[in-house]
Amino acid sequence: MRRLLKTFLQKPELAAALLLVLLVVLFQWQSNGVFLSQANLRGVLGLLPEMALVAVGVTLLMICGEFDLSVGSVFALMPMSMAVLMTQGWPFLPAMAAGLLVCALIGLLNGWVTIRFAIPSFIVTLGMLFMARSLTVVISGGFPPRLDMARIPEEIFIGFVGPGGILRASFLWFLGIAILVSLLLSRTNFGNWVRATGGFLPAAQAMGIPTARVKIACFMICSILAGFAGMIQVLRVGSPLPSMGEGLELAAVAAAVIGGTALTGGIGSILGGVIGATLIRVIDNGLVLSRVDSNWFKFAIGALTILAVVGNAWLRKRGRAMKVEG
Amino acid sequence: MTTEFRTATDPVISVRNLHKWYSGVHALRGVSLDFARNEAVGLVGDNGAGKSTLISILSGLNQPDEGELFVDGRPVRMRGPRDAMDLGIETIYQYNSMVPSMSIARNLFIGREPLKASLFGIGVLDEARMRAESVAAIADVDLHLRSPDALVGELSGGQRQGVAIARAMHFKSKVLILDEPTNHLSVKETNKVIGFVRSLAAQGVTGIFISHNMHHVFACCDRVVAMAHGRVVLDKPIGETSIEEVHEVL
Ligand SMILES: Nc1ncnc2c1ncn2[C@@H]1O[C@H](COP(=O)(O)OP(=O)(O)OP(=O)(O)O)[C@@H](O)[C@H]1O
Ligand SMILES: [Mg+2]
Repeated sequence: MRRLLKTFLQKPELAAALLLVLLVVLFQWQSNGVFLSQANLRGVLGLLPEMALVAVGVTLLMICGEFDLSVGSVFALMPMSMAVLMTQGWPFLPAMAAGLLVCALIGLLNGWVTIRFAIPSFIVTLGMLFMARSLTVVISGGFPPRLDMARIPEEIFIGFVGPGGILRASFLWFLGIAILVSLLLSRTNFGNWVRATGGFLPAAQAMGIPTARVKIACFMICSILAGFAGMIQVLRVGSPLPSMGEGLELAAVAAAVIGGTALTGGIGSILGGVIGATLIRVIDNGLVLSRVDSNWFKFAIGALTILAVVGNAWLRKRGRAMKVEG
Repeated sequence: MTTEFRTATDPVISVRNLHKWYSGVHALRGVSLDFARNEAVGLVGDNGAGKSTLISILSGLNQPDEGELFVDGRPVRMRGPRDAMDLGIETIYQYNSMVPSMSIARNLFIGREPLKASLFGIGVLDEARMRAESVAAIADVDLHLRSPDALVGELSGGQRQGVAIARAMHFKSKVLILDEPTNHLSVKETNKVIGFVRSLAAQGVTGIFISHNMHHVFACCDRVVAMAHGRVVLDKPIGETSIEEVHEVL
C-alpha cells in the first residue's frame, strides 16, 4: 500500500491531474452545471486537440532535453503551404503531404543546427520561430487563400462523431496520436534512448546510443505534430490566417511543465503534457463560464505554471523520502 | 601472420604509439601497451596524466589522432562505444555511466534493450525479461537492492557502482575497464570492488583498473602501469616493484 502511494507520489503528472479534477468540480459548481453540459463539453473537446497535439510533441522533445519555440509558426506554415498549393491546383492529399514534409524539414533543420554547432535549441528554434512565421506571410502573398472545402474530405478530420456528436474526429486523431507517442516513449527501445539522452547525455553517449539521431527524430516529430495540429485548426476555421498559432509555443511549454515535465530533460510523460493542455483549455473555458474578466486567463496560466512546478517538486520529494520496507 | 601463432599469452588488447590532442593539449604522447589475457592491470598517474583519455580510446568513445589499436591481434578502428562493446570491451566510467532519472532495469540495458518485436531496429521492450535479468545480474555481483524499478538517482554511490559492475558483467565482457571505481566509496564498498577486480581472472576477464590509491592497485592487480604527462613511465609486474618506486616516477 505504501509502495503504491510512493510510486503514485513520484508520478510527475500527479499534481496536474489532481488540480484538473478540482477545477472541473469548481467550475461545474460555479457555472451551475453548465460546464459539464453536453454543449459546453462539445466546445472544449473540439478545441482541445489543436493545442494538445502541439503539447504532445513539445513534451516529447523536452524529455529528450531540447526545446522547440518554432511550433507556433510551424502551426501556421503547414496549413498555409497546403492552402497555397491547393489554390495552384494540387489535390488535397499531395498538398497535405507536402505541408507535413515542410514541417519535417524544419524539424530536421532545427535538430541538425542545434547539434552540429552545439547551440542551445532555445536559440535555434527562436530563430526558426521568426523565419517560419515570415515564410508563412510571404507565401500567403498578403491575402489568406480560402480553402476550397469541396475538395477536402474535412469530415475525416473535424466531423462530429459519437453520441450526440459530442466529439470531433480531431479528438480521435489526437487521442490516437497521443497514445502512440506515449507508447513509443514508454514501451520501446527508442523511448529508452529518448529518456537516457535527455536524462544524462554523457551516459547515453557512453552506452553507444545515437543521441544526435534520437534528438533529430524528436525535433521532427515535434514539428510534424505542430503542423498537423495547425491543419486541423484551419479545416475547422476554413481559412489559414498568417497570424494563427502566435504564442502557442509558450502555451505548449506551459502545458508540458504543468504536466510535470522537467526543463532539464529526462523527466516527464506524454500523459502529463496532455493533462497540462487540458488544464489550460478548462481554465480558459471555466473562466468564461464563471463570467470572470477574460483578461485574467493569462494570469491564471502563469500562476498555474509556477504552482505546478513547485507542487510537483514537493510531491516528488515527499515520494522519494517515503520509506518502504522490504 | 601473428594470428596463426596466437597463444594464451598473446595480448587481448595492444596499442601502439597512440597520440591524442585536445585542441592544443597533447593528452597522449605515444603510448604503447599490451594487456594480456586474464590479467588485471593497474593504471596509475597524476591528475591529467592521460589515463581517462587512454581508456576512452579503448572503449570507443574517442578516436586516436595517431597510432594503432589491436584486439586479439587484429587491427581495429572503433567508431563508437558500440564497436568496443561488440568486441567484448565493457567500461565503467569515472563519471558514472548511469542515468539518474531512470530505473535500474532500464539503465542496465540502455542501448542493448531486449525486444519482443522490432522493425528497422526500433521495437517493443521485453520489460519482463529486463526486470528478471537485472535482478539476476545484481544478485550475481552480490548486491542487495530492493527492486529493479528503483531509480538509479536514489541509490548510494556504492550501489550505483555495483549496478555499473553488474551491467558490465551481465554482458559477459572479455575486457573490463574500471575508471576510478573506488572514488567516494566507503572502506567496505571499496574492499568489495577490490575483491571483484581480483576475481576477474577466474572469470576469464581482463581487467584494467584505474585508481589514485596505490594500496588498492597493489591489492588486486598483477601488473602496474604508471603514466605521466601522456606517456607510460613505468610498466612492471606487481612482484617486481613497490609502492615507493611507483610514487617516485610520478
Ligand atoms: N574533453 C576534453 N577536452 C579538452 N581537454 C581534455 C578533455 N579530456 C581531457 N583533456 C585533457 O587531457 C589531459 C588528460 O586528461 P585525462 O582526463 O585523460 O587525465 P586523467 O589521467 O584521467 O586524470 P584524472 O586522474 O584527473 O582523472 C588533461 O590535460 C585534460 O585537461
Ligand atoms: Mg580520469
